[in-house]
Amino acid sequence: MKIELQVNGETRVVEASPIARLLDVLREEIHLTGTKEGCGEGECGACTILIDGEPVNSCLVPVAQVQGCELTTIEGLAASCGYAEAGATPLQTAIVEWGGTQCGICTPGIAVCAQALLRDEPAPSRARIREALAGNLCRCTGYQLIVDAVAAAAEGGQS
Amino acid sequence: MSTAYLKPASLEDAYTARAEHPDYVLLAGGTDYMVGILHRPAPVGVIDLFGLSALTGIEAGEGVLRIGAAATYAVVLTDATVSESFPSLRTCVSEIGATQIQARGTLGGNIGTSSPVGDTLPVLLALDAILELGSSRGTRKVAYAEFCTGYRQTLLKEDEVIVAIELPLPSPGVQFWRKVGTRKAQAISKVMVAASARGSGETLTDVRLAMGAVADRPIRLGAVEALLEGQVPSLELAEQVRAAVADAITPISDLRSTAPYRLRSAQNLAARFVLQRVEAQA
Repeated sequence: MKIELQVNGETRVVEASPIARLLDVLREEIHLTGTKEGCGEGECGACTILIDGEPVNSCLVPVAQVQGCELTTIEGLAASCGYAEAGATPLQTAIVEWGGTQCGICTPGIAVCAQALLRDEPAPSRARIREALAGNLCRCTGYQLIVDAVAAAAEGGQS
Repeated sequence: MSTAYLKPASLEDAYTARAEHPDYVLLAGGTDYMVGILHRPAPVGVIDLFGLSALTGIEAGEGVLRIGAAATYAVVLTDATVSESFPSLRTCVSEIGATQIQARGTLGGNIGTSSPVGDTLPVLLALDAILELGSSRGTRKVAYAEFCTGYRQTLLKEDEVIVAIELPLPSPGVQFWRKVGTRKAQAISKVMVAASARGSGETLTDVRLAMGAVADRPIRLGAVEALLEGQVPSLELAEQVRAAVADAITPISDLRSTAPYRLRSAQNLAARFVLQRVEAQA
């Protein structure tokens, strides 16, 4: 069926099965390959995007359910936060500076999820950061530098 | 053949769609259904109930809290009555998946999928939940304790939709929930135990003790409830509960756990329900 999506502020029309995974439509049809597939079972959070501002696993969302919703992927995250010109949010910059990424597969999902946290809770505790990122698995970093990066972005007062 | 997609705009439309297409899949948040979707044949069609406004509200009424079947876990977590009166449900829901799953998963979806490891299901048993089921023929109410009849089998008729979950108020003063998984968040349960009791003072009355992931469906342990009924929690009573649990369940080994581990965990969690009351009274 023909499906109209609002992705990163642009209208995109795709032809897809209503129960195609939103993840696949984003990557294969719209060619936004920043969103990664980790497990494909909703366990790892690598495919996290924002639907109307809320983090979700795009591997578990049937594409027909997001007609009329605002979708934000890692490619549009900075612009959605008012950092279009810089190309990265202070949080994204902090992740780079603190080394909160190694192989990088989990990083887009973590950036998206943590950005939503800092929007809702500008000064989260470290425990709260860990809780908010509990659905984002990272097999490289051991999480410490990810949490450090999010905490640093929060302390910087801008996210 | 491509999958048909119906998005009812009202409950009546949903009933009509369901009656006309009993072979279509009823879809809520998709957090279970979409797992492995690429490895199954495409369904003939889906009836998408996610976000249907008639199914998403939570209302505290006369003697009952009514939770719409398509209310997401995120919405359940922010409801004041759930937090005040049903802490066992709130804790359970807070431990389902993580924020990404809670944004889409629904109570009605958990009930409709009816997996033996559905986390909310033992809680619904312990809280004497009543389901409202609707169709073009009208609505009916079924105690959740009667609803699940076997492995992923339920009393839902092929033209029916789960409309709401009702939890009786006032709620039980004693409530308990514990699940054991490989990780604190985002873990499929190996064993879970939900329990409740009413009564004043130290004596346990109207005891409910339910478990998940220890049988082909979520179950109440009637013999253990009978053992606890009218008793004052004590260390001895906790030991009797351990023995009674061993007599009551026969868990299996599978990819998530082993039978001995499940049994030991179930015994310990049930005993914990009693011991927690002992500690509360100390």
